[in-house]
Amino acid sequence: MANDFEPVIIGFTCNWCSYRAADVAGTTRLKYAPNVRLIRLMCSGRIDPTFVLKALADGADGVLITGCHPGDCHYLEQNYKALRRHRLLQRTLAQLGVEPERVHLTWASAAEGAIFAATIDRFVERVRALGPLRWPARPKPLPVAVAPELAEEALP
Amino acid sequence: MTDQPQQHQQEQGQEERIGVYVCHCGTNIAGVIDVGSVRDFAGEGLKGRGVVLSRDYTFMCSTTGQELIQKDIAEHGLTRVVVAACSPHLHEGTFRTACDRAGLNPYLCELASIREHVAWVHTDHDAATTKAKAIVSGAIERARHSVPLEAIHVPVDAATLVVGGGIAGLQAALEIADAGHEVYLVEREPSVGGHMAQFDKTFPTLDCAACILTPKMAAAGSHPHLHLHTWSEVEKVEGFVGNFTVTVRRKPRYVLEDVCTGCGICIEKCPVVVVDDAYEAGIGYRKAIYMPFPQAVPKLPVLDPDTCTYYLKGKGSCRACEKFCPTEPNSIDFNQTEQRINLRVGNIVLATGFDLFDARRIPQYGYGRLPNVFTNLELERMCNASGPTGGAITLRDGRTAPKSVGIIHCVGSRDRNYNNYCSAICCMQSLKLAHLVRERTGAEVHNFYIDLRTAFKDYDEFYQRVLDEGVHFVRGKVAEVSEVPRGPDEAEGKLYVQVEDTLIGMQRRIPVDMVVLSAGIEPRHDAKQVGQTFGIACSANGWFIEKHAKLDPISTMTEGVFLAGCAQGPKDIPASVSQGAAAAARVLMRIRQGELALEPVRASIDAERCSGCRICNALCPFNAISYDAAGGVSAINSALCQGCGTCVAACPAGAIAGSGFSNEQVLAQIEGLLLTNLEPAEALT
Repeated sequence: MANDFEPVIIGFTCNWCSYRAADVAGTTRLKYAPNVRLIRLMCSGRIDPTFVLKALADGADGVLITGCHPGDCHYLEQNYKALRRHRLLQRTLAQLGVEPERVHLTWASAAEGAIFAATIDRFVERVRALGPLRWPARPKPLPVAVAPELAEEALP
Repeated sequence: MTDQPQQHQQEQGQEERIGVYVCHCGTNIAGVIDVGSVRDFAGEGLKGRGVVLSRDYTFMCSTTGQELIQKDIAEHGLTRVVVAACSPHLHEGTFRTACDRAGLNPYLCELASIREHVAWVHTDHDAATTKAKAIVSGAIERARHSVPLEAIHVPVDAATLVVGGGIAGLQAALEIADAGHEVYLVEREPSVGGHMAQFDKTFPTLDCAACILTPKMAAAGSHPHLHLHTWSEVEKVEGFVGNFTVTVRRKPRYVLEDVCTGCGICIEKCPVVVVDDAYEAGIGYRKAIYMPFPQAVPKLPVLDPDTCTYYLKGKGSCRACEKFCPTEPNSIDFNQTEQRINLRVGNIVLATGFDLFDARRIPQYGYGRLPNVFTNLELERMCNASGPTGGAITLRDGRTAPKSVGIIHCVGSRDRNYNNYCSAICCMQSLKLAHLVRERTGAEVHNFYIDLRTAFKDYDEFYQRVLDEGVHFVRGKVAEVSEVPRGPDEAEGKLYVQVEDTLIGMQRRIPVDMVVLSAGIEPRHDAKQVGQTFGIACSANGWFIEKHAKLDPISTMTEGVFLAGCAQGPKDIPASVSQGAAAAARVLMRIRQGELALEPVRASIDAERCSGCRICNALCPFNAISYDAAGGVSAINSALCQGCGTCVAACPAGAIAGSGFSNEQVLAQIEGLLLTNLEPAEALT
């Protein structure tokens, strides 16, 4: 069953960096997994945790949050706010019984089409390994605390 | 400023009439995605979501495609338009304008990127078609919650900041100043001129670099509308297009600019002689108080406190410059400190140039270890009549003319150990140096090249000329430069260039007296930091990223910041001048327009719902949110708001609306992307 599972992932992108990285991946004809559907926002700081929860509740198996590299934010420092919210959200997700790794935050500059494509591939595989979310029909909550290495963990 | 309409909070879209257009983009999209299936999915499957018509067409961006939309808006009374085509960064403007022409508010037009984000990146046709349907569905749901918006008009300050006084920056600054507008030219070095001022001749015409550059420098120095800030750096940029406030740090010259006449007596009397690593590329000398070169603009000396006796040995010592300064009052001011000035400008041209590749990084070529291995810039300085050797090409001893010279191309360029890219100028620069060496010394010259790239006007003709002059060309990447003879045939005191001659298919060792490394060009070492100051990003190689690689290599993603010269990528002098002029034209267009239409993506607070918790206040990096103590609510100054939406996401009461990217739009788009808008019977597998 796990082999047939094709995760559906919602990706939030920043208009100035990661959405452009996705454009660059396209222009240079890089190939990556078709499981991520992107939403363009002006900034990763615009991401309301509600958006992420809504996506997971409505059928997404994972959510990818992307923003400008630290120091590169088009709006000076709003990606740091996205980072803070992501950390808090991961704790909340664990409390709600959802694996925090289903919501991944990564940075991608407008030039990093190849990195963006590779990140998507790795994240799709990670979510595929986790299996379908089927939330909120999940039976049991996970332990409340997020292991620090889980919260800090970057994709390999 | 136009006040933004409050977002509609109630459920909208029940009566919307949506037109969906799926573009084939020739075979770009249609070759991967089943366009007909996407069209039918929208037209049939999403009929219940307000889609009244769904069409596909070969090229939606063509005049015919746009007219199709306009006709449908008129005939079918469309209230929303969704175009599934390329990235909004490419054609959003095209389709919004088409809608506007037909009387539909342009912000009611939505683009679904199924080319860059689907067709070009996926190979599985079924998966690509399914994803395209989801993206179209998301765009439809989002469009249902779009509201009409009006562009925000902001005035444009007619003053311009140009950063970098090399040839590209000079060209931009002069053209804007000639049009009668104020220009502030900030240059990090003591004089404008940039790298071009260091060269002797320019390819392919062999014009004297100084002869063609110094008139421009002089014009910049005396122009009534051009204000030079040399020996200065931009420290901070605030504001946005049309209204930037720039903080410039003026480093102390220890010379009073208003008083000094540039007579040069202080330089003559200064007893301290140090190696000039900057202008003379380390092969010449300067004093502790110096002018980088005789034609410097402004014609003012600068005192280097790191080498000046007064600063090294304590107050009271030396002061020769001060003693001999003939001006009244004395021009030397040992107590000068750095100053910060604020400039208000509407547009910015970044022409910060390049750094030369450090040839020491390739140890097998011996630069810095073998005395007679030189860089191209050192040879340029030697060729120059005002250079350290007075125009004589000599070995490191300063006397002996070389009888044979090897010039190695692509040093640090087209090499995956250093830089992958072609530096674009080294082939022609190496040919020029080969010509100059032949002309001045009569030496045998070998050029070692990987490929010869002599595109552009009169360049290949110059190559033919250098061939005719008897310069030897060896195709192959040099493995090593060695001073150690190998076998009895090789004499001491020579440099041996080990190379595989790929045209004859054998290894060669060519003895020469002098090796010149044609070092490539690199982004400025601090380009990333400078980019952050101006809010623009660097490419993977470190060059500033232009808005569009082909169609807009002048603008950046930050409105009001333009690029010129090598800061954007390697290029030669004609290309730098062209780009400087193009940047000037862009700025002049902005100034001429007088005001700019900005995207109406702004946040606004509904005072009725605001609880005055002030969470949003600290989140805004532009200080656009203020707290009205009397009313107990926060308010957003839409002139300062940049529309990032961080406050919208943070408001616990949902009192902040973000136009263009409202909560309703994003939440609806999520539903659309996940296809929860479909009846179960219609759901995609």
